[in-house]
Amino acid sequence: MSDLESNVEVVAKAAVMNQLPADGSGVRAESPLFHAELEVLAKQGPQQGGVHLRENKLQGHLTLRCNQNNPDQLAAVETVLGLALPIQPLTAVVKGDISIRWMSPDEWLIVVPGEQTFDIESCFRDVMTGHYSLVNGSGGQTIIELWGPDVVSLLKKCTPIDFHPTQFPVGKVVSSIFAKSGAVISRTGEDRFELVIRRSFADYLWLWLQDASREYGLVIEV
Amino acid sequence: MFYIYCPHCGEHREEEEFHAKGQAHIVRPIDPAACDDKAWGEYLFFRKNPRGLHHELWIHAAGCRKFFNMTRDTVTYEIKEIYKIGEQPSVVAGNKLAGNK
Amino acid sequence: MSQKNRLGTGGRIDRTTPLKFQYNGKTYTGFQGDTLASAILANGIDVVGRSFKYSRPRGVVAAGAEEPNAVLQLGATEETQVPNVRATQQELFDGLTSQAVNGWPNVDNDMMSWVGKLGGKMMPPGFYYKTFMYPKSLWDTYESMIRKAAGLGRSPLENDPDTYDKVNQHCDVLVVGAGPAGLAAALTAARSGARVILADEQSEFGGSLLSSKELLDGKPATSWVKSAVDELAGCADVLLLPRATVNGYHDHNFLTIHERLTDHLADKAPVGMVRQRLHRVRAKWVVLATGAHERPLVFSNNDVPGCMIASAVSTYINRYGVVPGSELVLMTTNDYGYQAALDWHDAQRKVVAIVDTRQNPQGARVEQARKRGLNVITGSAVIEVQGSKRVSGVSVATIDAAGNKVTGAVNRLNADTVASSGGWSPVIHLSSHTGSRPVWDDKVVGFVPGPTVQKQLTAGGINGKYSINEALSEGVLAGLNALAKLDLPATEVVLPSAADMVEEASMTLFQIPHLLPTSKAPKQFVDYQTDVTAAGIEVACREGFESIEHVKRYTAMGFGTDQGKLGNINGMAVAAKALNKTIPETGTTIFRPNYTPVTFGAMVGRDCGELFDPKRYTAMHKWHVEHGAKFEDVGQWKRGWYYPKPGESMQECLDRECKATRDSVGILDASTLGKIDIQGADAREFLGRIYTNAWAKLAVGKCRYGLMCGEDGMVFDDGVTSCLGDNHFLMTTTTGGAPRVLEWLELWHQTEWPELDVYFNTVTDHWSTLTISGPNSRKLLSELTDFDLSNENFSFMDVHQCTVAGVPARVFRISFTGELSYEINVQANYGMHVWEKLFEHGKQFNLTPYGTETMHVLRAEKGFIIAGQDTDGSVHPHDLGMSWCVSDQKPFSYVGKRGMARQDCMRENRKQLVGLKTKEPKVVIPEGSQAVFDPNEPIPMTMVGHITSSYYSANLGHSIAMGVIKGGLSRMGETVYYPQADGRVIEAEICSLVFLDPKGERQNV
Repeated sequence: MSDLESNVEVVAKAAVMNQLPADGSGVRAESPLFHAELEVLAKQGPQQGGVHLRENKLQGHLTLRCNQNNPDQLAAVETVLGLALPIQPLTAVVKGDISIRWMSPDEWLIVVPGEQTFDIESCFRDVMTGHYSLVNGSGGQTIIELWGPDVVSLLKKCTPIDFHPTQFPVGKVVSSIFAKSGAVISRTGEDRFELVIRRSFADYLWLWLQDASREYGLVIEV
Repeated sequence: MFYIYCPHCGEHREEEEFHAKGQAHIVRPIDPAACDDKAWGEYLFFRKNPRGLHHELWIHAAGCRKFFNMTRDTVTYEIKEIYKIGEQPSVVAGNKLAGNK
Repeated sequence: MSQKNRLGTGGRIDRTTPLKFQYNGKTYTGFQGDTLASAILANGIDVVGRSFKYSRPRGVVAAGAEEPNAVLQLGATEETQVPNVRATQQELFDGLTSQAVNGWPNVDNDMMSWVGKLGGKMMPPGFYYKTFMYPKSLWDTYESMIRKAAGLGRSPLENDPDTYDKVNQHCDVLVVGAGPAGLAAALTAARSGARVILADEQSEFGGSLLSSKELLDGKPATSWVKSAVDELAGCADVLLLPRATVNGYHDHNFLTIHERLTDHLADKAPVGMVRQRLHRVRAKWVVLATGAHERPLVFSNNDVPGCMIASAVSTYINRYGVVPGSELVLMTTNDYGYQAALDWHDAQRKVVAIVDTRQNPQGARVEQARKRGLNVITGSAVIEVQGSKRVSGVSVATIDAAGNKVTGAVNRLNADTVASSGGWSPVIHLSSHTGSRPVWDDKVVGFVPGPTVQKQLTAGGINGKYSINEALSEGVLAGLNALAKLDLPATEVVLPSAADMVEEASMTLFQIPHLLPTSKAPKQFVDYQTDVTAAGIEVACREGFESIEHVKRYTAMGFGTDQGKLGNINGMAVAAKALNKTIPETGTTIFRPNYTPVTFGAMVGRDCGELFDPKRYTAMHKWHVEHGAKFEDVGQWKRGWYYPKPGESMQECLDRECKATRDSVGILDASTLGKIDIQGADAREFLGRIYTNAWAKLAVGKCRYGLMCGEDGMVFDDGVTSCLGDNHFLMTTTTGGAPRVLEWLELWHQTEWPELDVYFNTVTDHWSTLTISGPNSRKLLSELTDFDLSNENFSFMDVHQCTVAGVPARVFRISFTGELSYEINVQANYGMHVWEKLFEHGKQFNLTPYGTETMHVLRAEKGFIIAGQDTDGSVHPHDLGMSWCVSDQKPFSYVGKRGMARQDCMRENRKQLVGLKTKEPKVVIPEGSQAVFDPNEPIPMTMVGHITSSYYSANLGHSIAMGVIKGGLSRMGETVYYPQADGRVIEAEICSLVFLDPKGERQNV
């Protein structure tokens, strides 16, 4: 079938590379919050407080752009990830250590364990048909987990999003303003959220979160 | 501060997530070379500035990064309609205002 | 004497908790529960300030936000200074330190008062405009004198030690004001499960009920307030905000609330606490229950301390247990005003007289007064007050039924306090903020909210409904209305009621007549804070100002920190009379945000100091810091600017960095360049439409430089784009242009060419870009990779994947310096590792880090442009001498093609970018210098261009510059001149942009 042939051709036309150093190379990875020395703070900082913070670092971040009305593409995603693409706007799905966040009607952020990134990317290139793009952005962002009784109060200082449970239930995800930068904010539990933030803004946002959470007490965990 | 419905995200968001991009429905001439300077100049520079209903192009810059159209009353700042790119507005200025070029 | 005006019992103050405070350097005592104003009055302090223009002594007039006079400077230390705090809204705390804001040398003996005494005739409205305008040259002298004498308060000279916050809120119903109407509305909405925010500017909820003696269902009103507040506090979705002023009502039901969390506790917020918080509220519905302000009457010398509004007298007595004087004369146009005299009498002080402007009043309160044996004088008015620093007596005379003239003899009465009530003005400020025009209501004798496009409801005093029962039922109604609009089921709300009291109509009267015409009578103040008098408004009208907006601006009425809350309606009435119009015909000015002043701290929130603006860092930033880099801001990025060694000047450092790069190898952190991943079968076609040059034939593994223009044909960004796969490209943009370019691509794709199969994604932050440049860069790179770097295998403008220092990398052999150069891209998590490895192996080659400044010099030596520095939105590619980067062969009329073919873009003599060599090799022409052909031409000279980039080149041993010159490309070898502000004229020769290696051999080795 000519369609299939042309699809095969498309696959060959994008560059995919394993961007991680070989196992045992001893190369040090520095996540965006590396210099914040969170491990030290987790040991020496307060152990109790209204907000807890952890960097979920060095995950694989893949941005998939495709057509949500193309059943072949939806099926391909499920084949690769074992997880259906969330078509409903502003929703996220999680299964095991893989999550997918809806970013836009034709854009999803797929987070996978860092070391699986290349395999999954290659798998996509094998199975996915039609017009799509897949981009590895793992070095450009990181995930901050925030939880605790005061987490909503903290978030209300940072972003104009409404976090009332009727408006922002568990499983919702939004991209919005965060302080003077931005973040992809998702609710993973009643008092538990994840932020996906950009690397270059990570230091600013880390300073911001420390400042804004001061009145509640900030506990760092690793 | 506007409260703007994003037709792609399906909910209202604060104005600071959006950028206004000026007048909507400006059609690029199919054959620019066939335009004289006057016609090209009008495409390039001339914009409406109506008192009343105005059709504008916006982008949900901090959200889904999608462009969309907005019909807005420039006097009261009421947003009358939000519609996607490629669609036509259903709320348009009446005859009284149609004279506004 | 201590607290001579304090009553032994009563009020909502705690007499067991005395608080010490300072006013003008003296220590006084008040009680917990006092405001600064009530404590000042309790201590018998009459003068709280000097008036702005005439320096007349002024005392406390009101008890709330409308206070124009008791506007004080607070702060025990320099860092905690706050100007213009309304003493009536400042809760007393132990150690509070306050001062009058004007008056020199002090408020009691003000040297400036001669101005006031010599008379108002010397200072009519427009006085400053008229007197000090000419001669213009003397204005500076006048201004400094005027500024010294004028002004309210001062800013702190040290940094504010407190923390401020902003918080975003969402709710179904925002109720503004927690008086009877607001509480009823909030209860009604909250009982049905609506998300409610109730905000009130006072320290406790209750509004007018806090100082009322009326009973609700036979019980004190405050006991109902308590039960209502307790119930609200128990609702899960209700946010109660006392000490929180709703200051602004903006578009689409966006309101700001200024909450003061610690201003009542101490000078400085206790450790760990936020001092003030600005709530940014998006409310589905808003209920304005803001009440009303009492209007004082306008009569001669009505500003002498001791003149107050009637309801304030009641508030001080009932809420604070303070009687602000001994002998009261009350003047009123209405029944409600009598309450002040009743309360005064009940506090065992002498009511000298109640002067009612009406001919035959018989309402319930009037009869109560008569029953108590008080002296009620009807059909009369207080036409003038005696006294300077305190009222000593009043002149009372009969007036006609219309209130236009004095009809009988004048009687003098002794008194130290004059309370006046001219009726009430609804607090319509918030409703006006979004542009809604208030409407005059004859029955209310005031402006009420006009039609609005906001989702706004109103209840109680704001509608001119002043009785408690009306306020309560209007509140319930507003709550029910909101619920209906929100589609929420309503729950029944049964509210208590007060005893009905018969009230007669009030008299519509604003200005009290005097024996003399207004222009000759002693001053009758309309706006205390800006010293606007009735006579002044008449002058303005006589001089031809007919629009109320113009009268306001000419007289400065309503321009004070109190925004004319007390005076504006009276002023409009005076203007209407002078213009022979009705008040609705005269119209009203519109209130703007904010309702009361908001501190800068609250507006700034956390966006200050280190957090003022985001600082963006690359993965190698720490290395730059540790190696002494000076940084340059490029957008929000912090880029290494140059890396001086100890004792090295900037120029010495640049010279070293430039030479090291050309002689051996230098390294630049180029990670900040914008990077956009482009995928799709139509990516190539898209690039061809958006760039000016050709992309159809770029082979996989090759890079190409591209220029991006707007539809007008003017260059707006540039960069190298590489073909990674046939349908896969990586575009680079300028550092500052990255977000703009991505949005530009999306704009064209989403709105013009959605049929093209292409996706764009930013990968700017994903890749660290390490650029090594110089003749030894190949040798250095070969130390860290096994990849064949030979010119044959890896030629200029190639991109290859290879492993560098153990990390998979994309290496681009492109050059912005003209040297052999490699841009190594690795995932940013490994950027630091590779950077450090390069230095480990770079020692032998004297690997030298260089920053943006050396980068600028090196590229200028090669004549490479920087978009945004050498372009300014008015130059097209041909102006830049970059016609080689413009394709005429492309079938699609790419963005900018038609634009640069416009007549004006084709004309001769356009400003064109050229190189410039100074006659004096060491002289560097300042960037921005204007060029002239004839240095001897008299001013104004004909300017023919300017310098866009200019440096000293250590490699060439002379200065180099780039600049635009009219017709420059055809003027090679000609001389131009750059006259400087200091009188120097720099002479330069127009030359090629390429100063070094014109054949481009160095990058191809």
